[in-house]
Amino acid sequence: MTGAERLRALGHLAPAYLWLTLAVFLPLSAMAFFSLLTDVPFGTREWSFTFRNYADALTNPTYATLLWKSVRLAFWVTLWCLILGFPCAWVLARMLQGRTREALFLLVILPFWSNSLVRIFSWAIVLRGNGVLDQAAGSILPGVRLNLMFSESAIIIGLVHSYLPYVILTCYLSLQAIDETLIEAARSLGARWPRILWRLVLPLALPGLIAGAVLVFVPVVGSFMEPRLLGGRVGTTYGTLIEDQFIAVFNWPLGAALSFILLAVVLVILAAASPALRKAAA
Amino acid sequence: MKTILTTSALALIAPMALADEIRVLNWQGYGTDLDWAIAAFTEATGHTVVHDYFNSEQEMLTKLRTNPGAFDVVLINSAFTPQAQGEGLLAPIDAAKVPNLADIDPALATNQDLNPGGALYGVPWTWGLTSMAVSTVDFPDGPPNSLDVFWDPEFKGRVSIRDDALEAVQFAALASGRNINDIGIDDLDAIKAELTDLMPQIATFWSAETDWNQNMAAGQFAVATYWSGSAARSISEGLPVEFVVPVEGAIGWLDGLSIPASSTKQDAAHAFIDWMIDPEFYVRWETEGAPATSNTAAAAALPEDSFNRKVLGDPEVVARVQFMRPVADETREAYLALWQELKAAQ
Repeated sequence: MTGAERLRALGHLAPAYLWLTLAVFLPLSAMAFFSLLTDVPFGTREWSFTFRNYADALTNPTYATLLWKSVRLAFWVTLWCLILGFPCAWVLARMLQGRTREALFLLVILPFWSNSLVRIFSWAIVLRGNGVLDQAAGSILPGVRLNLMFSESAIIIGLVHSYLPYVILTCYLSLQAIDETLIEAARSLGARWPRILWRLVLPLALPGLIAGAVLVFVPVVGSFMEPRLLGGRVGTTYGTLIEDQFIAVFNWPLGAALSFILLAVVLVILAAASPALRKAAA
Repeated sequence: MKTILTTSALALIAPMALADEIRVLNWQGYGTDLDWAIAAFTEATGHTVVHDYFNSEQEMLTKLRTNPGAFDVVLINSAFTPQAQGEGLLAPIDAAKVPNLADIDPALATNQDLNPGGALYGVPWTWGLTSMAVSTVDFPDGPPNSLDVFWDPEFKGRVSIRDDALEAVQFAALASGRNINDIGIDDLDAIKAELTDLMPQIATFWSAETDWNQNMAAGQFAVATYWSGSAARSISEGLPVEFVVPVEGAIGWLDGLSIPASSTKQDAAHAFIDWMIDPEFYVRWETEGAPATSNTAAAAALPEDSFNRKVLGDPEVVARVQFMRPVADETREAYLALWQELKAAQ
């Protein structure tokens, strides 16, 4: 790169990096700072540096239970998103053309345009006892009660609905890029569909699958609003815990420490997935 | 004749001559700043009223500490009155200057937190309850009169309490016949056992009036804890619910009006407080949605069917209420840890 090119590149990068510094780096640094304090440094409160918040957060069995619960929830939501999203992306990318594809694409993206709270409350109307689903089931099979509200299933249904478009979009892009002639070559060599899917399509679509999985897993592991509204009694997650520390007891240092532990767990999971990611990118 | 003329002239001039501008510190939109109420007060006494607001009890205390002389009347929740008095921020109330004090419910006027050090530092103004409300659809023969109904297997999955550690612990203490303000270590274990039994009964934890109303309207709740003011609103909106103060009692909050020690307009401040607890003021405020009054004469002046008279106007109900006392930060955190542990185990 010549000096002039470098300068131009810098000019293009500066706005985005400046914004990232302001919007991500600074708040995160402030939180990292808070997580090492004994009390919030507001007003006349006394404070000093300590690692006690991390020690407390790591030794409390309640926090470990909830962290495991959140990770498990994120796993199931991600799995269902992949199972439902991949075939959908396949149809959109390889089997449909023109107007139909555009119309179906619109339907996939449509939920993005509505507020997430509205989506969750709509699900509540559908899932609750005496709700839409319960009445439909009762009218087809008299005597059948279907009250899914305030259960783990309700949380997973709501979250899968919210995050499915991410998986469809990322899988669509990678499936779109697969060269049609490769599939034709495989078929002419006698490969059947399951084999083509397993040996050809899935490996080539892996970047999309993994990108989609990451986009779903990371926000779901920290989610607290959807689990609370749809899960009721069973809807307490690790995210709720962090929210409580910030809002209910004004213990920002512990809340910040809990957030960083979650961040660490997410990074460890991403690191574990990175060999697959690198292989897929190669 | 001359004397009469002089007296009437004095009577006309006197309010003007003594007219003060008093500054009131309160939550915004909480009774004292009603336009018609201030206009009536100014007309009767000549004093004018200016307001300043706070958004939290801590902010209120900070304003009192850092602005001596700036306020003449301040609203303080009874759980914070001892702290404010302990810091020397408040002046005792002179009962002789507040004639309406005679009609205040004695149970409230003698509240220990409003009388720190044996003298009255906050005139009881309004109060409210956290108790239970039931769906009249599920209880056609009248509501239950005991909190035991929360543990009744018949209502499994149709019960709710608020998602709040302090309230959950105090509710369980109340249900098991304990003092909500004096929960020892041994009691806490028993309370944990009570709440552990309660958990499977619960459909969801409610957090605000709106989701409480939705769940009640959808038939999801049969019985749930609720606030008296919110219950009055839900009932007036036509929701089929009834608010009950059970035999075990209820959790109460109490707001008092105090006068800062640094106030230079003590007479006008006393006059304003007297007007605030006047039945004439309260009866009109009640039509606009007021909490319960501390003044028995005011409660008796309400229409027969009014919520604040029918449900809360009975001194016998007030006697069963356990008013919340100050809660230490460590206690709060211990309750939160207990509550989180219970929720995480679900």
